Amino acid sequence: MEWETIIGLEIHVQLNTKSKIFSSALTKYGKRPNSQACAVDLGLPGVLPVLNVEAVNKAIRFGVAINAHINKRNVFDRKNYFYPDLPKGYQISQMDWPIVGKGKIEIILGSQTKVIGITRAHLEEDAGKSIHDMFDNNTAIDLNRAGIPLLEIVSEPDMRSAKEAVAYTKKIHTLVQYIDICDGNMQEGSFRCDANISIRPKGQKELSTRAELKNINSFKFLERAINFEVRRQKDILEEGEKVVQETRLYDSVKNETRSMRLKEETNDYRYFPDPDLLPVEISNELLEKVKQTLPELPDQKKIRFVAELGLSEYDADVLTSQKSLADYFEVMLENNIVNTKLCANWVMGELSAALNKHQIDIQNSPITAQALLLLISRISDDTISVKTAKDVFKYMWDSKNSADEIIRVKGLKQMTNISEIEVIIEQVIANNTLQVSQFKLGNNKILGFFIGKIMKLASGKVNPKQVNELLRKKLL
Amino acid sequence: MHTKTIVELYKGLKNKDFSCVELTQYYLSRINQSRLNAFITVTDELALVQAQVADDKIALGNASILTGIPYAHKDIFCTKGVKTSAGSKMLDTFIAPYNATVSQKLNQVNLVMLGKTNMDEFAMGSSNENSFYNAVKNPWNYSKIPGGSSGGSAASVAGGLSCFATGTDTGGSIRQPASLCGITGLKPTYGRISRYGIIAYASSFDQAGVMTKTSQDAAIVLNVMAGFDEKDSTSSEQKVPDYTTNLNNSLQGLTIGLPKEFFLSGLDNEVANNIMFAVKEFESMGATVKEVSLPNSVYAIPTYYIIASCECSSNLSRLDGVRYGYRSKESKNLEDLYLSSRSEGFGEEVKRRIMIGTYALSTGYYDAYYLKAQKVRRLISNDFKKVFEKVDVIMGPVSPTIAFDLGSVKDPVSMYLADIYTLSVNLAGLPGMSIPVGFAQNLPVGLQLIGNYWSESKLLNIAHQFQLQTDWHLRIPQEC
Repeated sequence: MEWETIIGLEIHVQLNTKSKIFSSALTKYGKRPNSQACAVDLGLPGVLPVLNVEAVNKAIRFGVAINAHINKRNVFDRKNYFYPDLPKGYQISQMDWPIVGKGKIEIILGSQTKVIGITRAHLEEDAGKSIHDMFDNNTAIDLNRAGIPLLEIVSEPDMRSAKEAVAYTKKIHTLVQYIDICDGNMQEGSFRCDANISIRPKGQKELSTRAELKNINSFKFLERAINFEVRRQKDILEEGEKVVQETRLYDSVKNETRSMRLKEETNDYRYFPDPDLLPVEISNELLEKVKQTLPELPDQKKIRFVAELGLSEYDADVLTSQKSLADYFEVMLENNIVNTKLCANWVMGELSAALNKHQIDIQNSPITAQALLLLISRISDDTISVKTAKDVFKYMWDSKNSADEIIRVKGLKQMTNISEIEVIIEQVIANNTLQVSQFKLGNNKILGFFIGKIMKLASGKVNPKQVNELLRKKLL
Repeated sequence: MHTKTIVELYKGLKNKDFSCVELTQYYLSRINQSRLNAFITVTDELALVQAQVADDKIALGNASILTGIPYAHKDIFCTKGVKTSAGSKMLDTFIAPYNATVSQKLNQVNLVMLGKTNMDEFAMGSSNENSFYNAVKNPWNYSKIPGGSSGGSAASVAGGLSCFATGTDTGGSIRQPASLCGITGLKPTYGRISRYGIIAYASSFDQAGVMTKTSQDAAIVLNVMAGFDEKDSTSSEQKVPDYTTNLNNSLQGLTIGLPKEFFLSGLDNEVANNIMFAVKEFESMGATVKEVSLPNSVYAIPTYYIIASCECSSNLSRLDGVRYGYRSKESKNLEDLYLSSRSEGFGEEVKRRIMIGTYALSTGYYDAYYLKAQKVRRLISNDFKKVFEKVDVIMGPVSPTIAFDLGSVKDPVSMYLADIYTLSVNLAGLPGMSIPVGFAQNLPVGLQLIGNYWSESKLLNIAHQFQLQTDWHLRIPQEC
């Protein structure tokens, strides 16, 4: 039987506000446990939440960026359940009236584009962290994360493959960093994802029973987890069994999903409007203001890179895929001295390779955009060859010295004095009479041999194109 | 000295008739000898330190009217470094690490806190019998209840153990004990006083207020407690007037509404007679009386008990034995820890309301209970809105009976009926007051004044004018 995969995603985006969503405690990552948890975060008796307007503004930014409906009156609800890292015994979230309503996102797969519907996005507070492996027989609770603002983005069940799910997730990941509402750091949990997966016989209209995969924190794992889950469900259905509705956890070490809890074991969350918080009223003025402060979005930037900079669709796609990458590239273009294509090639080539190899984010690149630009301009003005530039790049990476400094100290500047180059050429011709006669007999391939010798003698500090011209003249 | 009002004590302190330390020692020794069980914690050391600070201020001529006045603080307000129990075993060991906004405001004007008063557990009760620290006695008759939940505060003021006291009123918890103990109690408009640091029972009803000997004293204390607080999103930015300014306005032309639903069967005859007598007194002062109707107020009890229970079931979830408060020693695993700690830490009435609320919010019941109750709540508010188009103030009984015998009401539903006249005021979020207007069987009877939103000034004026003409508020229980 042919099966169709149905995927819907819930993405939890930690909003990068300075303070928490309902308290003034700070939100920095990696601080000493419980050092960023105030009375409100601890859920002490008598404390009250006060909404951080920055979190609302960031949620609106997202809504506006995807052209979604914004609920001008939205309401915070309490989601009630007991867990040690949930200090109040309820999580403040939004149920019936989320801040962001229906919207959509376009994804690209090869040459195809596809629209994925977004059902809603709502604000809520993150829970704390239970640490089970720190003390013997005891669970430690860290409430630094409790109360960090989250935007939960819920998609329609519009995705049909793991690849589509990854493309969608990457798109959201790029977008939230562009509009500066999330740092996008998946290792630190700033961007997490749950996937709802079911399969149905091709052609069937109604949805089948789904499983929910929890807490996936990388694109690679998302793809693997979905593929595993689809295979698991296929096996079950093809055996004539039924898929049970449940929550499953993806184990990235074993590359499998396993059951966390069945539907019957889930809580009745007893949602009701939080009486400590007034409904949020969003004025037209605020909406307008947010619209005006929204930066150029990735799709817009890509179109501009193609239309105005003459980059290929592919290059534009790569360069706009991460805000930090696009920012880096655009800093290089600010002075408008060197050719855009050359800059794009270096950023996507040498730089990206080195960053990948050393697992460094582009923001922390040892070679800044200005430094790389200087190096590239030394190719353009014939100070060094592309080959030498690649060596200089390596020195720059290790030493953080400027390209000019390295060229000067190592004496890598190309010879520009023609008579100097001619001396070397003449020397090589004189020492290789046999090859000269072969050339004269019509063996043009032998030119490469000469150039190699010349380059070696000149320690690479000559422009091969120039050598080629001069050599031909001398030989003829 | 213990019969003196804030205004009288202020004069005495200013004239150096007595020092604040002397005054505080006097009250502390009265508390020490009292059998009312009005206090859960007596903060004698702290009180004497605060008294000395107040004396220093007075000596420097920096005193305000409240400097050095000894008061009692309901044990539901968090007080930094002092046990704050809310009358519960659950918080028997809880020392609040921060001050409620109200506590902080009272500290700032150099009041002297004598201690934390007894109350029904988490403010759930109408007799003060639901306290982990045992029942409070009514100063007028030690075999009677003082009312609840602010029973300790009411008994403390009526019994001369403090000059005034704070209270909170979620369904009548200031007005009812004030009525049964023969003192003046004011619950302001919802949002008038910050809820920050008040241990929450039902967030959309909880409102702090004052319990005093006179309306004038109530105005003076409200001046300090009222105001917007950025830590409480539900507190109002409505400007705070000087509540003492209008106290002396004439009541000529005042229109009083008497809701017919407040005078049906169930109201004790002697209580009704006292109420009507007081209304006549107002007529003699130039007021006119109209019969009005609050048709939906008959649904106040079920409406209130559904919404308040829903809110409390969630508000009390944080008391889980994990981070602070009572933790059962018996638990073997996490679920067990929750179950045992909460089963052992909460009293019967609290558990009953948590169960009701949890049930009413469950899938399949939410619409029928919680949503329906919210709709009725709106209807009840609308009733008041209509009536206030025609009248300036609504008057009626606070409680259907006088104080009953300790231990006499065992059925929870009968106990809920004690709140029949106070609940609709909380459902609508209106200000309400209780003032003493007479006695039945030697026990005080209180008159309820209900005003429109933000009309505290008017209510205090009406009460003050009545107290200028009568002396019910000056009566002192014999045993005190």
